Amino acid sequence: MLEIRNISFTVDDERDDKEIISDISLEIPDGKLVAITGPNGGGKSTLARLIMGIEKPTSGKILLDGEDITDLSITDRARKGIGFAFQSPVRFKGIQVFDLIKLASGRNISMADACSYLSEVGLCARDYINREVNSSLSGGELKRIEIATLLAKGSRLSVFDEPEAGIDLWSFQNLIEVFMQLREKISNSSILIISHQERILNIADRIIVLKNGQVSAEGSRDEVLPGILGTASAVPECKMINPEKGGRCDDQA
Amino acid sequence: MIKLDEIQKRLLSEVADLHKVPEGAYNIRSNGESAGRASTENIEIVPREDGQGLTINIKPGTKNESVHIPVVMTKSGIKELVYNDFNIGEGADVTIVAGCGIDNCGNQDSEHDGIHRFYVGKGAKVRYVEKHYGSGSGSGKRILNPGTEVYMEEDSYAEMEMVQIKGVDDTNRTTTAELAAGARLVVRERLMTHDVQNAISTYVVKLNGEGASADVVSRSVARDDSYQKFDAKLIGNAPCSGHTECDSIIMDNGRILAVPGLEANNVDAALVHEAAIGKIAGDQLIKLMTLGLTEAEAEEQIINGFLK
Repeated sequence: MLEIRNISFTVDDERDDKEIISDISLEIPDGKLVAITGPNGGGKSTLARLIMGIEKPTSGKILLDGEDITDLSITDRARKGIGFAFQSPVRFKGIQVFDLIKLASGRNISMADACSYLSEVGLCARDYINREVNSSLSGGELKRIEIATLLAKGSRLSVFDEPEAGIDLWSFQNLIEVFMQLREKISNSSILIISHQERILNIADRIIVLKNGQVSAEGSRDEVLPGILGTASAVPECKMINPEKGGRCDDQA
Repeated sequence: MIKLDEIQKRLLSEVADLHKVPEGAYNIRSNGESAGRASTENIEIVPREDGQGLTINIKPGTKNESVHIPVVMTKSGIKELVYNDFNIGEGADVTIVAGCGIDNCGNQDSEHDGIHRFYVGKGAKVRYVEKHYGSGSGSGKRILNPGTEVYMEEDSYAEMEMVQIKGVDDTNRTTTAELAAGARLVVRERLMTHDVQNAISTYVVKLNGEGASADVVSRSVARDDSYQKFDAKLIGNAPCSGHTECDSIIMDNGRILAVPGLEANNVDAALVHEAAIGKIAGDQLIKLMTLGLTEAEAEEQIINGFLK
């Protein structure tokens, strides 16, 4: 279980300090798929980065299974079981998909094992395993490879930062299926997804709404979802398609 | 009969992936003299009269054969200049593996300057691999100044892989090529410099015939206080196409100068140069750290991949 206790995060703005996260406390219990939603600029992605240790909170504590991990590095948190899928997956010149999955697994895994993770995210393993993780891959392909690295890592808590950003509708539908499968195998771990897509919120056990750096609503899906439908916190799929962007998901829709 | 000590064997495996006497034609040069040589029916290796180098004659039509001509130096203070000429006959298809390993434990500089001239016949294909490696704890420098000249006849193809990853203190590499109609030259250079090393790589490629093409790509990493200069010039004298690329990572106090040079002397010459220099992207490090790697491990993986 992950506990966030009175976390605040302030950045130096040009004129004065700006508080992105204000005194947030919440829990991500085991065996649950939790979605964090809310309008743009509400602090969702910042919270995800604070959990992974990419940003350090100005005050407050983060506990994983009761252990204070607030001062631990990214590496140490990863080793303790936190996984993180980037909103914009990182590209590497020369590093192949197989290399990345092998690094994620932390073992000397076989090609066949690596391929099984790719198959789980709906990629034909044979076509991808030797590809470089570079700009020759599309946004949707990179997103799935990113998720495959998390599967290979096997985390206690997997954090997905806006998995729908930058992918086309077809990939998005596949992504939902991948998350539904992940949810089946969740038992001793938990999943945290940062998203304001209604279809992702629909498969969540719990929903947390962040607004202006604070929790404005929190509860089970049935308690929270009806109240936010049609707002910026729960965007229906049809609004995602922006013809001017070639049918890609549009966060600003 | 070849007799090599353990250091020489280690150098051979570093520069030529050789763990035993190679198959096919070979010449192993050790501390200034030939330690073993073999010709085959199609590939003849003849020492030059002055003793400093070899003439390698590859018969027209020779297919799927290889030539290994590695050089190892383990004595401090040797300085040598060697000329090797490769005559590759029409329609041949061969692999040539060169490379030089220097182990210098003494306090005098060791230097090997190899001038390789390739005469690639009509329609011939050659793959050339050259690796440089230095080791040894002495204060004497390990110096390599390779000169490569490539003369390509019509519709010939040359692919050159030049690698220098570790331990060479000073390098001044010059590669020149002249391409006739339909000839294609592909160069892949990989370079890493560290400590106070210095590496200069200069290319002058003349595309003289219609349909000639060249693709020269350098990937390099400069760390510690090392310095690199990549100077690639393409000259289009006919309807042709050419591309050069310098992609570099700098670390610590490393410095890199990339000098693009394109000269088009024909209206149908299409020439492109790309150059990018920068440090390792922060998000690349973070991504690998979220997989459980330390920052140093992440850096190592990124550089290994980049230079692979």
